[in-house]
Amino acid sequence: MAFLRAFGAYLPSRVVTNEMLAARLGVEPDWIVSVSGIRERRYAGEQETVADMAVKAARDCLTRAGTDQSRIGLLIVASGSAERRFPGPAVTVAAGLGLAGVPALDLPMASAGSLFGMALADRLAGQYRDVLVVASEKMSTIVDQGSADRNVLILFGDGAGACLISEREGAASIVASSLHSDGAFANDLHLPLQGPLEMNGRSVIMQASRKIPRSIQETLAAAGRSVEDVEVFLMHQANQNLMDRVAQTLEAPAERFFSNISRYGNTSSASMLIAAAEWSQQAGFRPGMPVVFAAFGAGFSWGALLAAG
Amino acid sequence: MNRKAQILEIIREVAHKDVNPGADESLFESGILDSFALPDMVSAIEREFKIEVPDADLNPRKFDSVARIEAYLDNRA
Repeated sequence: MAFLRAFGAYLPSRVVTNEMLAARLGVEPDWIVSVSGIRERRYAGEQETVADMAVKAARDCLTRAGTDQSRIGLLIVASGSAERRFPGPAVTVAAGLGLAGVPALDLPMASAGSLFGMALADRLAGQYRDVLVVASEKMSTIVDQGSADRNVLILFGDGAGACLISEREGAASIVASSLHSDGAFANDLHLPLQGPLEMNGRSVIMQASRKIPRSIQETLAAAGRSVEDVEVFLMHQANQNLMDRVAQTLEAPAERFFSNISRYGNTSSASMLIAAAEWSQQAGFRPGMPVVFAAFGAGFSWGALLAAG
Repeated sequence: MNRKAQILEIIREVAHKDVNPGADESLFESGILDSFALPDMVSAIEREFKIEVPDADLNPRKFDSVARIEAYLDNRA
């Protein structure tokens, strides 16, 4: 069992509102809100890389944890929008954090990457002490390529999140997790080598609407807990309508699903950790209170993780 | 009520509209159903026809029209 010690986040300063996109795409700003819950998103600067944002989120996380990088024994970096095929951003992030010699592992999974990273860190913390999980995405470059599908372009934003997982101390312990993948639908959400990102939104919604609630139930059952026990659900911020549907399926109050998608859009793997960073500043873990993390994304890969204060 | 009428009833219930789509009319391209109505429709089909649609069959094309839904149910019979 490992502990969640702190979260961190970084959001680029450039705000791209629905109004700014709507005129270009020939849609109404309110239509974007109705289909996604998104009102604005952040875009990174032209020269700002996935690794640049990841380092900033990681530093924010370490500051919040009140520690430095000296106990980090493993770095895991999730990103589906890295600038090059190899090496992935993990080694650059490690260099930026002064982690020479520390193993740096990439998870090029997109949206579910941070959840998979957290679950892996839980299992590996005993061997590597503190494990830093970072998720960083520059989605603007892979959805905004001239011929991009407007249904895709309106959704995504840039940003990074981080989570420090410790073998010895933290505000909450990781109680259980469930991870799944099914490559039968790999082409329904993918980034070809030459881009842009391609998504069969109906397929994603059909699959996610079932798989997310099921994995949450599976994870809670493994720990002998129920939906009613959960203090807050910190989900991948994919689409407000999807989060509302998951809440409805679980018969949980929608207000227990933390949401910041209206301000940042879908930042893929980074979104769940950015949400966790904001939630932990506003509320945070309380003794004994369960918190559920959940994500679904390309692959498809999906799962849930239960932590308790 | 015959099976086609049952399917149409499900579509009307899920769409919250008194619609009467043609057998081959796309329920999505025509705007009768949006993406988030699709899981509701599949759940309603499962309840109405007492079947379980496995995740592997959750392909929007299989449920894109009345005719395709009927074909899916034929294959499951």
